[in-house]
Amino acid sequence: MQSFATLLDRLSFEPSRNGKLRLIETYLRVEPDPERGYGLAAMTGSLKFRHATPSLVRVLLRDRVDPLLFNLSYQFVGDLSETVAMLWPEPVERGTPPALSTVVETLAATTRAAFPGQLTIWLDALDATGRWALLKLITGSMRIGVSSRLAKTALAALGKRDVNEIEDIWHGLEPPFVKLFAWLDGSGPDLDTINPAPFRPPMLAHPLLDRDMNGLDPGEFVAEWKWDGIRVSAVAGQSGNDPAVARLFSRTGEDISPAFPDLLASVQRDRFGAATIDGELLVVRDGLVQPFGVLQQRLNRKSVTPKLLAEFPIEMRAYDLLAEGADDLRALPFLERRKRLEAFIARLDDPRITLSPLVPFADWDALARIRADPAAAGAGADADAIEGLMLKRRDSAYVIGRPRGLWFKWKRDPFNVDAVLMYAQLGSGKRSSLYSDFTFGVWRAGVDGDELVPVGKAYFGFTDAELSQINKFIRANTVSKYGPVREVVHTADAGLVFEIAFEGLNLSKRHKSGIAMRFPRISRIRWEKPTREADRLETLTAMLS
Amino acid sequence: MGANAVTKTNDLLTLTATGLYCPPGDFHIDAMRAVPRNLVTHAHGDHARAGHGAVLATAETLDIMAMRLGSDFCGTRQVASYGVRQRVGDVTVSFHPAGHILGSAQIAIEQDGFRVVVSGDYKRAVDPTCAGFEVVRCDAFVTEATFGLPIFAFPDAGDEVARLFASLAMFPERTHVVSAYSLGKAQRLMALIRQAGYDRPVWQHGATARIAGYYVDAGIDLGDIRLVETATPAELAGQIVIGPPAAVKGSWSARFADPLIVGASGWMQVRARARQTGVQLPLVVSDHADWPALCATVLATGCPELWVTHGETEALVHWAGLQGIEARPLDLIGYGDEEAEPDAATPVDTIPAG
Repeated sequence: MQSFATLLDRLSFEPSRNGKLRLIETYLRVEPDPERGYGLAAMTGSLKFRHATPSLVRVLLRDRVDPLLFNLSYQFVGDLSETVAMLWPEPVERGTPPALSTVVETLAATTRAAFPGQLTIWLDALDATGRWALLKLITGSMRIGVSSRLAKTALAALGKRDVNEIEDIWHGLEPPFVKLFAWLDGSGPDLDTINPAPFRPPMLAHPLLDRDMNGLDPGEFVAEWKWDGIRVSAVAGQSGNDPAVARLFSRTGEDISPAFPDLLASVQRDRFGAATIDGELLVVRDGLVQPFGVLQQRLNRKSVTPKLLAEFPIEMRAYDLLAEGADDLRALPFLERRKRLEAFIARLDDPRITLSPLVPFADWDALARIRADPAAAGAGADADAIEGLMLKRRDSAYVIGRPRGLWFKWKRDPFNVDAVLMYAQLGSGKRSSLYSDFTFGVWRAGVDGDELVPVGKAYFGFTDAELSQINKFIRANTVSKYGPVREVVHTADAGLVFEIAFEGLNLSKRHKSGIAMRFPRISRIRWEKPTREADRLETLTAMLS
Repeated sequence: MGANAVTKTNDLLTLTATGLYCPPGDFHIDAMRAVPRNLVTHAHGDHARAGHGAVLATAETLDIMAMRLGSDFCGTRQVASYGVRQRVGDVTVSFHPAGHILGSAQIAIEQDGFRVVVSGDYKRAVDPTCAGFEVVRCDAFVTEATFGLPIFAFPDAGDEVARLFASLAMFPERTHVVSAYSLGKAQRLMALIRQAGYDRPVWQHGATARIAGYYVDAGIDLGDIRLVETATPAELAGQIVIGPPAAVKGSWSARFADPLIVGASGWMQVRARARQTGVQLPLVVSDHADWPALCATVLATGCPELWVTHGETEALVHWAGLQGIEARPLDLIGYGDEEAEPDAATPVDTIPAG
């Protein structure tokens, strides 16, 4: 614990990236297993234990320090962990400081009732820096300016590896990472034996802007549909004589295999072999790709029942092939990977894993027409599940993260609806004195004629000048006030109409209207528009189907 | 004692806009503006100002004041030796080591068997560059409280310097630029570095050089100390450089190879303070008493009455009250900024009153 504390202490004062890397690398080199592994886990946010609350820490000290002296000290220092670490009375005889591994392993097994006693023993055994580090660790607020990526970069340097090699195998590894260190030290077996089905982080695209298009040669790009599902990678592999491993990962590396046993079964087939596919998870009924809202319904279910699997049949549309057998294909140009992907999918011959087609186009104008009407351009009835187009350079390697100039996403125009402002709430931060959270609604038939029903909230999409105009309107048209919330006039004859842009709709039981908007924002303020001419709920529900 | 004692203390010492004043002796202590007769505890700029008529202080304090303020810093000088009692007006005064910097003293004032001790700035930790603090039993103790909060418990200075060496080992190509007051702290660090067995040159800023020379003349071993100007930046890679805070904070540091900024003060114990000053390696090395030392010293003097001159006065006054000691905060404005050294700051006569 003491050397980990020293590391945190140094890191908290080191502003330079190189300096931080050096500190971490040195720590990881010098510390023995399993200590360094838990230190690495702490820096990468991989530790799982219940965090101690600040109030618990405060209570511990209350019995030991005069309250006025505590308050004066806390005001001066401004950080609870630090104040407590400094004020903790030095014991007459200091115990043996706990190892970091002891702390982590004990915390995972300690009951809430036993926690204060355990913490007291440790605080008595550590010096002030050690106490500070311990409190930072257990309250889960390290704030030492080290990202998970930075820690992994230092780790990679330890074994003179590329950080992306670490990213590749990271998911599926557990603290204290003993095998990982052995591989980096050169004393252990190779990495594919550590994790035969690693998460390979996806390559992401930049939005295509008008100014981009002017400089791009359409002949250097291919296009494909951007499906409105969830991005997944399907991975299978085997190390030595161990049983083969198959996993499904979300784009952040979360293992989502248990939620999709139907698709997992396809990845586990012998024909899949050892491979990594990047693709989109979709619900496909009778050959028709369903919009995101339908997939969302399956995702919302906690238990995966045979009924659910039958009702929401899943399919993966494959975009890319990152690895096949022992070959890492990511350095190859896109078109070469595509060729191998096509062959792979053909050989696999599994209706659950299909090829996402390329969309041929002659020039940007033609592509713009395709984007405006995917149905006419070959997507047919699947068009509702298409978010837009992806443009990929023919020669693009598969690069982790969001590299510039290789891939672009060109989304369809968002949905639009005219809605009436109903409630306004004070914002926070730099908008703390302004009404900047707006609840808006659309018309539906009620018992006493038409009524407005809230369908969403928007926080942005307006300029500062517009915000101040809206605020003026709100202050002049408040019907009633509930704390920070004002009800703004919204009748058929009076009120303010917003044109709301959004990315899609989901069914929702939590909302009175039964729907929830994805990413709503104010695209225009319709000062001139009569509220009675705002949209109706039926318009929205029609978009759902 | 009780109410009578308080009255007696007030007879011996009062608080004026200029600082502490002793009416029966007709002198000030560490006056903040020019006065006819001034007793000076130590030579830091916030306590030792120029322009007084007569100044009584230790020989070292007088020498250093002359070096920094000019030989005409006052009308007449009188040397006070540690432990020697002398009449000043209707009182007897004596100077006693305060352990703060070379020549620093507490000042005891006695009349009719009643003794008040003004601590000046002091520390209890061992310092190879000055005489150790001497506890003087008294009826009223006037203490500083720069670090008067229980969060301040300073580690052993030798251990802190060891952290400097650990950093040098880890970053052997970076110039370690230590920010330290040019009077006292810089020399103490040099001495601590030598005590730890480090025998390479220690490089210093011009502002610390004269003082360091004086310390060496006083017989204190600072080893091989050299001026930064005599080396190229490449030669200073991996070396220890010591300079005053204002210089380290400023463009002076930019000349060094990949400088690693080291702070050395009691404030370094609070992370936010260290970060605000751009310090990358904070060393908690202070020339002031930490909280345990303040408390222990107050108790050791046996004083039934305590005045707290400056610093974090509220907590110490509260604590003393709990010990049954009559305590009052003075909150003297103007002390506590040792950086207000004359070589870096404005002349005394332009410092605004109050």
